[in-house]
Amino acid sequence: MSDDVKILTARWGKKDSHTLASYRADGGYAALEKALSMAPAAIVDEVKASNLRGRGGAGFATGMKWTFLPKDVRPRYLCVNADESEPGTFKDRYIIENDPHMLIEGIAITCFALDIHLAYVYIRGEFPRQAAVLEAALAEARAAGIIGKRLYGKADFDLEVHVHRGAGAYICGEESALMESLEGKKGYPRLKPPFPAVVGLWGKPTIINNVETLANVPWIVKNGGAAFAALGTGKSGGTRLFGVSGNVKRPGIYEKPVHYNLKRLILEDCGGTASGRPIQAVIPGGSSSPVLRGDEIDVSLEFDAIKAAGTMSGSGGVIVMDDSVCMVRVLSRVAKFYAEESCGQCTPCREGTPWMEALCEKIESGHGVPGDADKLLDMANHIGGFTICALGDAASMPVQSFVKKFKADFERHIAEHRCPHGDAAWGVSQDSRDAVIGGMRS
Amino acid sequence: MPGDWKDLPKDLVARFDALLAPVLQRYPPDRKEAAMLPALRLGQELFGYAGPAVQGLCADRLGTSAARAEEVASFYVMFHTHPNGRHLVEVCTNVSCCLAGADRMFRDLRKRLGLAEGGTTADGRITVREVECLGSCGTAPAVLLDEKEMIERVTPEKLAKIVEGLP
Ligand SMILES: Cc1cc2nc3c(=O)[nH]c(=O)nc-3n(C[C@H](O)[C@H](O)[C@H](O)COP(=O)(O)O)c2cc1C
Ligand code: FES
Repeated sequence: MSDDVKILTARWGKKDSHTLASYRADGGYAALEKALSMAPAAIVDEVKASNLRGRGGAGFATGMKWTFLPKDVRPRYLCVNADESEPGTFKDRYIIENDPHMLIEGIAITCFALDIHLAYVYIRGEFPRQAAVLEAALAEARAAGIIGKRLYGKADFDLEVHVHRGAGAYICGEESALMESLEGKKGYPRLKPPFPAVVGLWGKPTIINNVETLANVPWIVKNGGAAFAALGTGKSGGTRLFGVSGNVKRPGIYEKPVHYNLKRLILEDCGGTASGRPIQAVIPGGSSSPVLRGDEIDVSLEFDAIKAAGTMSGSGGVIVMDDSVCMVRVLSRVAKFYAEESCGQCTPCREGTPWMEALCEKIESGHGVPGDADKLLDMANHIGGFTICALGDAASMPVQSFVKKFKADFERHIAEHRCPHGDAAWGVSQDSRDAVIGGMRS
Repeated sequence: MPGDWKDLPKDLVARFDALLAPVLQRYPPDRKEAAMLPALRLGQELFGYAGPAVQGLCADRLGTSAARAEEVASFYVMFHTHPNGRHLVEVCTNVSCCLAGADRMFRDLRKRLGLAEGGTTADGRITVREVECLGSCGTAPAVLLDEKEMIERVTPEKLAKIVEGLP
């Protein structure tokens, strides 16, 4: 049963799974050894054949991205995106906590395949424990001669991997802002093109991939690209970590095939809503992905399929809301996030996101006037697509989708001059619940 | 001159330099400025906050301008350009945490500490603020204590106890 294949979570919860000894006992670093016996181009070909697509949010084909590096410019760098700041997303941290050597092996193979000798893992500042786990694993790998002067003992290939901690800024998850931050600056995104693969860190060709993306690479090398592709469908291969939170009985991290059904994930795996009430809404891929109504969730989470349904599986962060939650309250909070996190570089985003927040708040508090919902839509329509980076789109998409799909809720707030939910705007069951983290209970 | 790094305690500056040296090894020798985030963090840990003196020290050691250091220190929420209370309690109030009761919990906490708008208690013991998603949405609600310890699945009672126990 392909539904049961576990690539990333297979070792989670095992005693000392984060140590080199444990990783090796389970066959760890065999893929690196195999990779070193292959031609670098053959590794890239396997990744291309695997249909691995970026798990950071955009779902870009990983193998294809790797081919964008110009042939003759050196040095090249690798940046590993462990910023994990998109609301609703909480997966990369568990890879680092439970199996950091799997990530290190993925980094090492990627660097060998792409002739990269220096890699940075950019990890959000709020993850000090995860940063320490990763530092310890890197130290083990260095001491064991896996990375360092000779990559796995190979005489003519050196690789150094460093951890670079962020300091609290969502925008630094955006790839060009990440590089600015790594260069020691504030996180202002760069205009693209040129893309990082051509002009990246310190002006040199740079590949940026998400933690989960790279953690799949050892499995692909070991089992072949075709086997990985076969786990998925169409142009998307493999499994994914879906993080489910909100009003569900069993929140947590579920490793499922990329094209798993959203409704099945929520109803069967997570046990449905905790309250037993109907599902009102689902944010399927982090807070920037357009919201789905409860009657729209019978969809495949595969990148292209869910795009056809008008939304995206983004970072794999699924947020579930039952019918007791106030949609205007939720949108207000989402709008506040983007207003807070806009870096301030582009006028439409810097000025527009606080306007959207203020107008949401005005409607939520019962001070809205007829026409405000349309005004909100109009604002969103003038931000998305008009900014240097995709934060503008990320801020607009929730507003556009919430207003369209839950218009009656906005109108009701305006007509009744109050929030119909009163003090229970965040729902009737605001409890913390046991989480299932890749099979473990937490 | 107030805020001049040369007025910082000499022994602590020596510690700063000793701790910064291995960090600089992580970046190409001609790219010292890349260490701005770790340097500011280090300065903040040693001197209490990342004000003008720490910014000046970082700029000096990394060969860049104090203006550049200030720009960075004021951009990131984990750098504090002004002193905080002895402890920093950060409550995530993003969507998944609020669906698990964070909104109420944050309100309770402020009430208990007499801080209607957040901020620092009169005795300088605790600073409270609301923060964005902490990457613990499955184990919501989440609180970050002193930017070091992530407390997950917090309840109002548990949080009250933790806060009470802070020296
Ligand atoms: C505002 C914004 C925030 C982002 N945050 C993250 C993040 O926290 N983690 C991440 O991996 N990608 C994030 N991304 C996506 C990255 O820009 C980039 O596409 C990704 O790291 C590429 O890796 P992948 O192809 O392996 O997914 C963000 C993008 C935007 C526009
Ligand atoms: S919403 Fe609070 S940790 Fe994600």
